[in-house]
Amino acid sequence: MRLLRNGRKHVAHAEAAIHPPTGRILLEVDDLATHFNTPRGTVKAVDGVSFTLDRGRTLGLVGESGCGKSVLSRSIMGLLPSRNVTRKGMISFDGNRLDQMGPAEMRSFWGTQLGMVFQDPMTSLNPVMRIGKQITESLDFHFDMDRSEAQETALALLKSVNIPEPARRLRQYPHELSGGMRQRVVIAVALACGPKLLFADEPTTALDVTVQAQILDLLRQQQRDREMAMVLVSHDLGVVAGHTDEIAVMYAGQIVEKAPTRSLFAKMRMPYTAALLQSIPRLENPSHTRLNVIAGRPPDLIDPPSGCRFAPRCPYAQDRCREEQPPLIESDDPGHVYRCWYPVGTEAGREALERNLAADVPQAQLAVAGDASVVTGDD
Amino acid sequence: MAGSGTAHLRPGDDMLLRVENLVVNFPAGSGRHVSAVADVSFDVAERETLGLVGESGCGKSTTARAVIQLPKPTGGRVMFAGHELTALGGERLRVVRPQMQIVFQDPISSLNPRRRIADIVGAPLRIWGRGSDAERSARVDEVLEAVGLDPDVARDKRPHEFSGGQCQRICIARALVLEPQLVICDEPVSALDVSVQAQILNLLEDLKERYGLTLIFITHDLAVVKNVSDRVAVMYLGKICEVAAPNRLYSNPAHPYTAALLASIPVPDPEAPAESGGLTAGDLPSPLAPPSGCRFRTRCPRAQELCAAEEPQTREVAEGQFVACHFPLVGEQASATPVEVTAART
Repeated sequence: MRLLRNGRKHVAHAEAAIHPPTGRILLEVDDLATHFNTPRGTVKAVDGVSFTLDRGRTLGLVGESGCGKSVLSRSIMGLLPSRNVTRKGMISFDGNRLDQMGPAEMRSFWGTQLGMVFQDPMTSLNPVMRIGKQITESLDFHFDMDRSEAQETALALLKSVNIPEPARRLRQYPHELSGGMRQRVVIAVALACGPKLLFADEPTTALDVTVQAQILDLLRQQQRDREMAMVLVSHDLGVVAGHTDEIAVMYAGQIVEKAPTRSLFAKMRMPYTAALLQSIPRLENPSHTRLNVIAGRPPDLIDPPSGCRFAPRCPYAQDRCREEQPPLIESDDPGHVYRCWYPVGTEAGREALERNLAADVPQAQLAVAGDASVVTGDD
Repeated sequence: MAGSGTAHLRPGDDMLLRVENLVVNFPAGSGRHVSAVADVSFDVAERETLGLVGESGCGKSTTARAVIQLPKPTGGRVMFAGHELTALGGERLRVVRPQMQIVFQDPISSLNPRRRIADIVGAPLRIWGRGSDAERSARVDEVLEAVGLDPDVARDKRPHEFSGGQCQRICIARALVLEPQLVICDEPVSALDVSVQAQILNLLEDLKERYGLTLIFITHDLAVVKNVSDRVAVMYLGKICEVAAPNRLYSNPAHPYTAALLASIPVPDPEAPAESGGLTAGDLPSPLAPPSGCRFRTRCPRAQELCAAEEPQTREVAEGQFVACHFPLVGEQASATPVEVTAART
């Protein structure tokens, strides 16, 4: 046990040659593709994703289940199994090429540079280890901190994530805490070694609304205090709207729209983003308001549709959409890109929707079943 | 309410379901007990949807299960379509059961993975010996069609061949096959994606219309409950806080807990005020030792001494809006601060 532990420590120190920080851009991902080899064929879970994230900024990653959000964040973290997975493309973190590193080298990045908070706080803590030990583990591993110093740091961390009676909590086990408290502990563990980038993968999906608000506020406060960048993964546009600087919407393994948060909500271009937003029940609407639904379901990622991947479900889809895949097109707003030939809120989009409505295309009929003014996107 | 009382019950015998002073306790060893549901009363009219909202652990699901006598409640009365369920047992209870069905949260784990869809959906008919084989099969096809699945495709498949949303449709089909009057939906959309959630919510509205169903809809998502309900009951730690029609409840919450719940909903609008006004501190207290008086007082911004001493009773603060709070946000005392109210009372 001791040998193994020392052995690991040795690796951590040997690989500690992390480049010094340079420039404004913290994370750069270029043409990243993650494919899983399965008996049925190759699942293209992430297929050609590129983006950059500046220091201290928050990026929201949104989409339905199975669109590749989690696989993308795990690919960047290097947390996917090595068997039957192929990862291609460039991932540069602070000048370090993460895509060229193996698990042994990544170990010195995990915790100190990259942190992660998972969805389910019930299963991401070790049930037979005291809270204190789970927090000090990485401090001991990376910084060789002595016991009393590590204990003090852990205490300060628990205080900073607003856990009442932190000293007592250090000696408790995860089952003695509520879900919200456990998620705070998970956040404390992730923050222990001061990462520059935190991935929060659906951090509040398993929690109640009241607790969700607390955890989101906590994440924002920590992110600001530590000037840390954050990738917030969520299927809920409501969650990301108030807590991010930029949003990337994913569909079928690709980024289909990316924009600064305000610009995205003000001038949505991609029909998928609009459809996603409209399927959320809104508090302003009276009871029994008919919800707009997105027809069908996401495509099989073994054999995605040719042309635009959203075309089979899209109320705007035309022949061109089914034949030719749209590239990421730049809009008038700086930093706003989308993948659509007939974008929402443009003349071309309006005409396309009218054509589909006139031709009784079921997707178009479904989309305007509720509030038509939003879909036609008058701006 | 974090309080008791029956002021919000509507008069008359035309309610399909009337629950009075329902109590569910679970033994917790050493003579203690978990007070999961404490003196809850509500009623549901025919063809009405009652939304039951609250945080996890507030007793929503326990209340719903106690209604269908799974398990039998510790105390109180459950009147369903003329039957007093708590007094029934054995075969007499069993014959009432087909009238009440339940749809659970996790569609995948509530379907037997080894059985075919036709068998799963047809099982209730087989158990009750309804009709001939051909009639049963026709009925199964009919409900599958009603929930938006193609019977010819679905019939011989197994649950793993369907997505989460489709599995939830199958669960709904199974609940409907016996033509129940009351369907309890226990977080039916919490495990689903937003896009699928919208499909299932629309489906439930259609089915309610088509079959004249009465629904009890349990969820922690306030936006969902507003969309589907005719009446909403907010629960906190085994008690009901507030009962009102959804439009009223959402525009003018009377209970501080309802207001806090509403404030913590993330709004899909980046222009919305950044910091949430929700419950910034604290968790649900333990139901092993609930706070005295009003159970919400430990987290309530308006709590006074009175709240610890005396349990608030339900009362009507506006037409059709009932609240169990000493210092509600609606009514003649709403603008006064709690201190002034206390002074006026003493």
